[in-house]
Amino acid sequence: MATVKEMRTRIGSVKSTQKITKAMQMVAAAKLRRAQVAAQNARPYAKAMQAVIANLAAGVSGPSAPKLLAGTGSDKRHLIIVATADRGLAGGFNGGIVRAAREKISALLAEGKDVKIITIGRKGRDQLRRTYGARYIESHEVGIKPPSMALVKPIAQKIIELYGKGDFDVVTLIYSRFKSVVTQTPTVLQLVPATVDGPEAGKSAFYDYEPDEDTILEALLPQNISVQLLTALLDNQAGFFASQMAAMDNATRNAGELIKALTIQMNRTRQAQITKELIEIISGASAV
Amino acid sequence: MASKISFDLVSPERLLLSAEADMVTVPGTEGYMGVMAGHSPVVTNLRAGMIDVSIDGKDDRYFIRGGFAEVSPAKITVLAEEAIPMSEMDLAVLDQRIKDAEEDEIAAKTDADRHKAAQLVDDLKLVRAAF
Repeated sequence: MATVKEMRTRIGSVKSTQKITKAMQMVAAAKLRRAQVAAQNARPYAKAMQAVIANLAAGVSGPSAPKLLAGTGSDKRHLIIVATADRGLAGGFNGGIVRAAREKISALLAEGKDVKIITIGRKGRDQLRRTYGARYIESHEVGIKPPSMALVKPIAQKIIELYGKGDFDVVTLIYSRFKSVVTQTPTVLQLVPATVDGPEAGKSAFYDYEPDEDTILEALLPQNISVQLLTALLDNQAGFFASQMAAMDNATRNAGELIKALTIQMNRTRQAQITKELIEIISGASAV
Repeated sequence: MASKISFDLVSPERLLLSAEADMVTVPGTEGYMGVMAGHSPVVTNLRAGMIDVSIDGKDDRYFIRGGFAEVSPAKITVLAEEAIPMSEMDLAVLDQRIKDAEEDEIAAKTDADRHKAAQLVDDLKLVRAAF
């Protein structure tokens, strides 16, 4: 049985842990609001971009179509981009993305495909390194600042450069889609060849192109990759803070319960000790 | 003028403007282009420059640094790589962009990249001169 003093220290340490988780929850809540706005603001651009590409794709086909849109005609070699957060303490957020990535990768490997990996975010890098470390091309960190074009541009350029050299046939992005504060779903999204779906698909308007279709697509498709990456990272950011907020809220509540239980136990022990001392004094007095 | 054209100006960071406009002038790669309701459908690359929007007789200006515009008879969508309302714009920002573009020009690896950066520098300088 622990002594009263030991229990008092234990309660003290749980209390300070609770203070930390409480603070983290509030910080996450504040950051979540900003991240959510950023994620929502980025959506119209991505959506409009998809619509334009869908329109263009309907008009451009055949052997002259750009490779970023039409693909290389093979699907042997895959590049998987895994986007997670830099930090943990956010419940199952990073774990969910990593699990989705593992499933995708092992499915591809089972089919005998070749897989290479680029990670964005420290957690994904660390968790996948043990099994797939040899397949890494490079790793990026999200950093402290909110995701911006400046962050995704170099990654997009690298992807395009590798794709241009013919190193890959398919590029897939895995991230967590921010549906709401309570739901974020790990999502597997094919970046290259560009997927064309949604209500705009196949609905070709007769557009004029200035200067011409090829020039526009040439500029548009790389931009699309950056934008998709940016949207994914912004979604991740919002999802991360939402997840962290929920996790820290839980932790704070658990700490509260633990403190309550420990306090009761401590009071009982103290009372038992007092009773024992009293009995000793009384029996001592009656013996005299 | 009876009919209006709905106009969306979006940058990767945010939706800047969504309104019913009388006329929108965009800096196409082949020259400035005025778009009104009923314009024939066109998709065009944009260079760095100014977008002029007139809404109910009032004119608004936005600076954009390249992008695309998709025009259909009822709607024009501008996807700008970067867009700043003229009211939030100042010379320091513009000078910074020019400097960045010049650095890109020097750092460019291929002729195509260099040409693109040089074009951007020229366009930005034109904007600066007009400012």
